[in-house]
Amino acid sequence: MYMFKYVSKRLGLMLFTFFIIFTMCFTLIKLLPIPTNVLPGQDPEVVYATLEGRGWITNVQEGKNGLYEYDRVPILIQYGNYIKRIVTQGDFGIATTYGEYVNMPVWEVFVSHLPPTILINIYSTLIGVPIGLALGILAALKKNKWQDQVINIFIILLISLPGIVLALMLQYVFCFKLGWFPLTMSTSNDYFTWEVFHSMIPAVFALCLGSIAGYARYTRAELSEVLTGEFMLLARTKGLTKRQAIYRHAMRNSMVVIFPSILSEFVSVLSGSLIIERMFAINGVGRLYLNSINFQDYDFFMLLSGFYTLVSLTAGIVIDISYGFIDPRIRMGAK
Amino acid sequence: MAMTNKYENIPAEKFQFAKKTDLSHDKKLDTKPVSYFQGAFRRFAKNKGAVVGGIVIMFLVLFAIVAPFFTPFIPSYYDMSYSYVTPKNQWFVDAGIDFWDGCKQKDTNYVGYLKDLALQQETGREIIKHGEVEKNVDGSNYSYRYDTYFGFGFGKYKIISEEKYKAIQAYQKETGRQVLYPIVEVSDRPTLEKNKYDANIYYVTQDPKAKTIRPKLSTSGEIIPNYWKYTEETKGKTVADYDSLRIEGENGFTENGETYYYAYGRKVDGGIEIRAEYYEYYIYEHTMEKKDGITEPLFLFGTTDAGKDIFACLAYGARFSFIFAIVVAAVNFIVGVIWGSISGYFGGKIDLFMERFAEILGSVPTIIVITLLKYHMGSASQVLVLFIAFFATGWIGMAGRTRMQFYRFKNQEYVLAARTLGASDTRIMFKHIFPNGLGTIVTSVALVIPGMIYSETSFTYLGIINLEAGNITSVGTLIAAGQKSITAGAAYVALFPCVFLILMMLSFNLFGNGLRDAFNPSLRGSEE
Repeated sequence: MYMFKYVSKRLGLMLFTFFIIFTMCFTLIKLLPIPTNVLPGQDPEVVYATLEGRGWITNVQEGKNGLYEYDRVPILIQYGNYIKRIVTQGDFGIATTYGEYVNMPVWEVFVSHLPPTILINIYSTLIGVPIGLALGILAALKKNKWQDQVINIFIILLISLPGIVLALMLQYVFCFKLGWFPLTMSTSNDYFTWEVFHSMIPAVFALCLGSIAGYARYTRAELSEVLTGEFMLLARTKGLTKRQAIYRHAMRNSMVVIFPSILSEFVSVLSGSLIIERMFAINGVGRLYLNSINFQDYDFFMLLSGFYTLVSLTAGIVIDISYGFIDPRIRMGAK
Repeated sequence: MAMTNKYENIPAEKFQFAKKTDLSHDKKLDTKPVSYFQGAFRRFAKNKGAVVGGIVIMFLVLFAIVAPFFTPFIPSYYDMSYSYVTPKNQWFVDAGIDFWDGCKQKDTNYVGYLKDLALQQETGREIIKHGEVEKNVDGSNYSYRYDTYFGFGFGKYKIISEEKYKAIQAYQKETGRQVLYPIVEVSDRPTLEKNKYDANIYYVTQDPKAKTIRPKLSTSGEIIPNYWKYTEETKGKTVADYDSLRIEGENGFTENGETYYYAYGRKVDGGIEIRAEYYEYYIYEHTMEKKDGITEPLFLFGTTDAGKDIFACLAYGARFSFIFAIVVAAVNFIVGVIWGSISGYFGGKIDLFMERFAEILGSVPTIIVITLLKYHMGSASQVLVLFIAFFATGWIGMAGRTRMQFYRFKNQEYVLAARTLGASDTRIMFKHIFPNGLGTIVTSVALVIPGMIYSETSFTYLGIINLEAGNITSVGTLIAAGQKSITAGAAYVALFPCVFLILMMLSFNLFGNGLRDAFNPSLRGSEE
């Protein structure tokens, strides 16, 4: 019961924050001039009728000099309509200016861009978490021996290398000099073929090398702290072997802190890395966002900014909530 | 015998009665007291990594401040003719070292080699370094160090005004530098559009209609110049007068009893068509016409695909990054400290409200803030957009840290004492609590700066913010250009900005961690 209250309180707060940010974004976007430019080959009547149908403008009239005149719908009413459409029809609007997607529902376009982003992040987590944890555990168990020092140097190097530089180096060495991988990701839509997977590998590595270092550093710090705990001594004195003591007591205790951070990182990488997506020309959400900025497509902006905000907020509360589930002290409501 | 001396070895007269003034109290400490900041400095100086980091930062800052004064190039400078020119350091050239000499390894076929050779013979420049060429067995591949500065040769035929034509002649006479070379008659030039204006083809070709132009060799294997020659009688109206330096062995030479001259310019609509060696022409342009302080094409770090000088771009970009980061950090510091101290000191409802506000603002991803600002301030300076975006999300962290420090100190006895003595809230906040938390707060500034420079680099790399306008540029823009150059085989374009970024991030992190450990010995090693 305590847990339920705790989770619902956190979720409620999160939704409240999200709602405020979303409303703020909507208002700020609607304060901008409405993009009414008629592209060549389009019928102005249709364009204005569409905008009217979207509930953005009203009273469209053909005025002097062949220019159209219209009134803007109050922002609050627009917002009400917008929310209503999302809730009742799952309709997030249509692309108005984004070249290749004009007149397509933004939600569908967005969904079609999700797979590459998510796949790359899942691969990177699948590779990064085991390696990172293993390195961290090894370093903690062999603390201050040569293994630890080697791993430490590796960690410091990876952490200090800025992500851009690391990705660029990977691309230069493996894609250009050695030619093992294509320079950019394949544009094919069959995401589970060898060809696509092969072209993803450099991007996956660029993403996961940084997180490997992060996990390893975190695990090493946590585990070596737990290993010095007094309960470890107790476990050994009551007759457990070193291996048993580490597996059953030390690891579990350090996981209380490590696991939530893995979960949170996994959630936050869903939004992808704009830099990696741009560098390896991945046709994912990040690219969609960057292009929609350039095209000033506001419906895309609303959807994607909502998505990014939601992901970062979720990543934040996932830590707190998962602490609750993992750590009995919090689960039972102890202060 | 009333008083016997117990100390037999000390004579009695050595003993004296103590006076009142001889009473000794506690002695003053001989050692000097160590203040908090002195202690912090000592601890900092012991941390070798932090000191090295600090020195590297000083070098980078010095580079950012000083370098722009030493290079005549500016970020807005570009010269498409000299794009992808490799890094060149005059010292290495003079010392004859095959490194950093403006050359690159070139692999080409026989025709490509012959073209470079022809250019080298005409201009007398060392285009093929040391004249060393490695051929593979079947002669299909020629490999040599190729000078990217001289290898550009003549580029295309240029059309200049008559005055300029005269000015160049005067310049040639005065300096003895050969800018203009004899031209080829139009009827003798290759016919295809892409080869027609190529001023590097001065020789007789095997087939002027072919796609790839092959020089025709004489029986002795020499390249045969195909200059436009005329006698006084056959000189047409189109030949421009020329009375300046002529190439070697050509000063009205006699052939079959006629005196021939080479044509150096052809009159066309709008001026005179010339063939100028670009290296010399560049020097002439910049020293005589533009007078912008550039004396010769010498790019220490090479040039980008657009012919921008990387050294200048990096120096100006670094300067911008540092100034920007420091200004933003200062503003964030001031606002964050005021916000955090009010929130932390008063607590209660004020704190709750201020915290909520900061939390909501802090949850908005920076990229969304930047996008919104970009939409609303479309015409305004991009620097301003970047500044406001970094400020809007940046001060929150500072406020949080200040708030924590205030919570830590506000209930301590000395604060209570100050309050009992009647000190005002402002006085307690800024005279009593704030100085105690200052160390921690200032340290966090040092740790925030590299992150800020990195995000600025990212946003310019992504092209969301474009700082190219005006005389500023950013390291991120350079890296974006560097990525493009990888496929062009010019990795050095990315190399220099990347090295700069690595050095900066590494040294700032070391320095910041050292500062933190020095100011808060109890936090040593945390976050590591």
